[in-house]
Amino acid sequence: MADLHRADVLVSCRHGRTPELVTALRDEIERRGLAEEIRVVETGCSGFCSVGPVITVRPEGHFYASVQPADVPELVEETLVKGRFVQRLAYKEAAGRKAITRYEDLPFYAKQMRIVLRNCGMIDPRSIDEYIAVGGYEALGKVLTSMTPDEVIAEIKKSGLRGRGGAGFHAGRKWEATRRAKGDIKYVIANGDEGDPGAFMDRALMEGDPHAIIEGMIIASYAVGSHQGYIYVRDEYPLAVENLTLAIQAAREYGLLGEDILGSGHSFDIRIVRGAGAFVCGESSALMQSLEGKVGEPRAKHVHATDRGLFDRPSCLNNVETLANVPQIILNGADWFASIGTERSKGTKAFCLVGKVRNPGLIEVPMGMTLKQIVNDIGGGPPKFRKVKAVQTGGPSGGCIPASMLDIPVDYESLTEAGSMMGSGGMIVLDDRTCMVDISRYFLEFLKEESCGKCAPCREGIKRMLEILVAMTNGTAKAGDLERLETLAKTVQTASLCGLGKSAPNPVLSTIRYFREEYEQHIKDGYCASGACRELTAYVIVDEKCKGCGLCIKVCPQEGISGEQKQPHYIDQAVCIKCGACYDVCRLDAIKIVPKAAVSLGGNGGNGHGTPAATPAKDKPGAAKGKA
Amino acid sequence: MNLERVEQIIETYGRDRMNSLPILEDIQREFNYLPRQALELVAKRLGMPQGHVYQLATFFKAFTLSPKGEHQCKVCLGTACHVKGGALILETLEKELKVKAGATTADGKFSIEGVRCLGACALAPIIVIDNQPLGQITADAAVQKIRELAAPKTAPSPAPAPAPASKPAAAVPKRGVDMSAVPPR
Repeated sequence: MADLHRADVLVSCRHGRTPELVTALRDEIERRGLAEEIRVVETGCSGFCSVGPVITVRPEGHFYASVQPADVPELVEETLVKGRFVQRLAYKEAAGRKAITRYEDLPFYAKQMRIVLRNCGMIDPRSIDEYIAVGGYEALGKVLTSMTPDEVIAEIKKSGLRGRGGAGFHAGRKWEATRRAKGDIKYVIANGDEGDPGAFMDRALMEGDPHAIIEGMIIASYAVGSHQGYIYVRDEYPLAVENLTLAIQAAREYGLLGEDILGSGHSFDIRIVRGAGAFVCGESSALMQSLEGKVGEPRAKHVHATDRGLFDRPSCLNNVETLANVPQIILNGADWFASIGTERSKGTKAFCLVGKVRNPGLIEVPMGMTLKQIVNDIGGGPPKFRKVKAVQTGGPSGGCIPASMLDIPVDYESLTEAGSMMGSGGMIVLDDRTCMVDISRYFLEFLKEESCGKCAPCREGIKRMLEILVAMTNGTAKAGDLERLETLAKTVQTASLCGLGKSAPNPVLSTIRYFREEYEQHIKDGYCASGACRELTAYVIVDEKCKGCGLCIKVCPQEGISGEQKQPHYIDQAVCIKCGACYDVCRLDAIKIVPKAAVSLGGNGGNGHGTPAATPAKDKPGAAKGKA
Repeated sequence: MNLERVEQIIETYGRDRMNSLPILEDIQREFNYLPRQALELVAKRLGMPQGHVYQLATFFKAFTLSPKGEHQCKVCLGTACHVKGGALILETLEKELKVKAGATTADGKFSIEGVRCLGACALAPIIVIDNQPLGQITADAAVQKIRELAAPKTAPSPAPAPAPASKPAAAVPKRGVDMSAVPPR
């Protein structure tokens, strides 16, 4: 059993320099002879990634942001020895620079509602005792001792829990179908093959609270009558595999997995299977093929997996987030769960709020919250000087929702209506420096590589669509290309075999729907207003606005900007790689994005306007050459 | 190559076709690629046609049929990294190492690849060099990191002395700017 401690120091964020930080903390605590009293806990992701690594000290609730190993001696001395807060390490809100000292007071968490992620960042994911201490496996006990499988299914159905992997199929109905299917051997499968670029909810959950998934799976196995389960985890997530493996071992030792669980007569065990990097394996039939040791190609769904899935036996496949909801529904009741969310979308959803926002991170909100609330209130809005242009949800199968529509609530139906989809929970904020044609091209490039190649509409259609989009982004598109693209997109959507192909045109169709003029601008004028299509873009300095501060000279990775102090600067078009660093850093709006065709490359690197002759050439001595 | 190790890996999982993926994953991890002899052995032991093993080895992204470099550099091209300039970082590193993404340098020192989402989107743009994630990185910083690894391992000098003349620091960004002229933020 765990020992008692005076204080817990919770360190979250598993990326970057956290290992050094944890070692430094442990060493310092050891050095001061406090190891008996104070425990350092490495938790899973707490979600507030922009200020990581974060440290929460319990029981006081002190919250420290962006802690570095060098801060450790002061932190231990002040907080753990003297009980004082270290103001220097407090999180400061962007507006007003107000210091926030307690975890509970952080605005980032204030609008969130954490059901699935409740333990992430709060407990040691490698300790089954900690999970049990916060109410873990209580739901399992309730199910096995006081509920029949039919009652469990009825409860899940009543709660309105829908699949969190993307499509939103009712979990209870899936369980019921698997239970009713003929056959002695049935499987429960947890889908942790999170392949969507821009999404890491499942990773955070598997790393930060693996027991919640396991508990959900055991409950599912009891409900559908299965004795063998599989968790399919992405190979790119080694820590998730490690924590799940430890969790399964611990659960076996505690008699929560294996024969005769808690003396109920129900037996169930789980095996972890690592995926090997194929986006299509997130699709249910492809995932099952891959589990069997075959190439992950989907099959036509005339027969449901609930009747004939893995090894042609009834299989119940749920996303890991769906399963992590189950224990809470059992414990708090279906009515409680159904009271959260909207009419048809119940409960909460975890999202990865990333891209062009101030506070990127892992969040969980009740269904029905508007996109605007999520982006502005939780995400803190776009970075300085930028405007939100669109929000992309649903990964490569989803679409872009324009800024004008950010008042729509986040639920399965509203997002689908807007031409996107819920998806697994990636939410990427795009600003005016993002090109919508380029985003379409990006997703199709991804899908071209990930298409398994089994059916022609997807294999060939995506390739042809991509060709058109590449032409648009490099200035070789022809009139009529946009119409051709639309026709192709509709064909791929109708004729593809599986979900990957059917949804592949979504990024294209949704951006055409809302940003048609941007496509037309690319084709007709060869101009990309955002500057993201580098082959169409040139950056020039507006003489009248430039005060010669030298900031752009400093950030240019190519040393391609020159000019005297307090005199207008010049960009050497011959060396410019269009990274846009100067544009982003200029506070005077003096740098302009113009079509590449509008600037001349002649002379010694003209500015495209003004007088190239006056430009100090690179070999001439000038302010820019003032290297140390 | 050490076929015994391959035998061991196969035996840990058992000779079942269902285990083909984890077996191949472990072999990839062990040897940094899938050697031909290993694939042949897997086919034999699991009773699968060699073609099927080859199909698996080429379908999934985690596998490679040629050895990877001593240092592996992965540049994330997930959506969040894409909108924050991941592609530019990859391009810069390609130029620096003079190889295309997916390839290994002639001296076998570096291999570089663009990967789809490492699941650390809030730290975008991110690259991973030898399993060490480097978040919110710039193209410049990535190049610096590569150069550090490329430099012969001598005793690290305490102060960053001026680069030796033998190493042409062509594109090392040396920024010279008079900060007094910069308006305060």
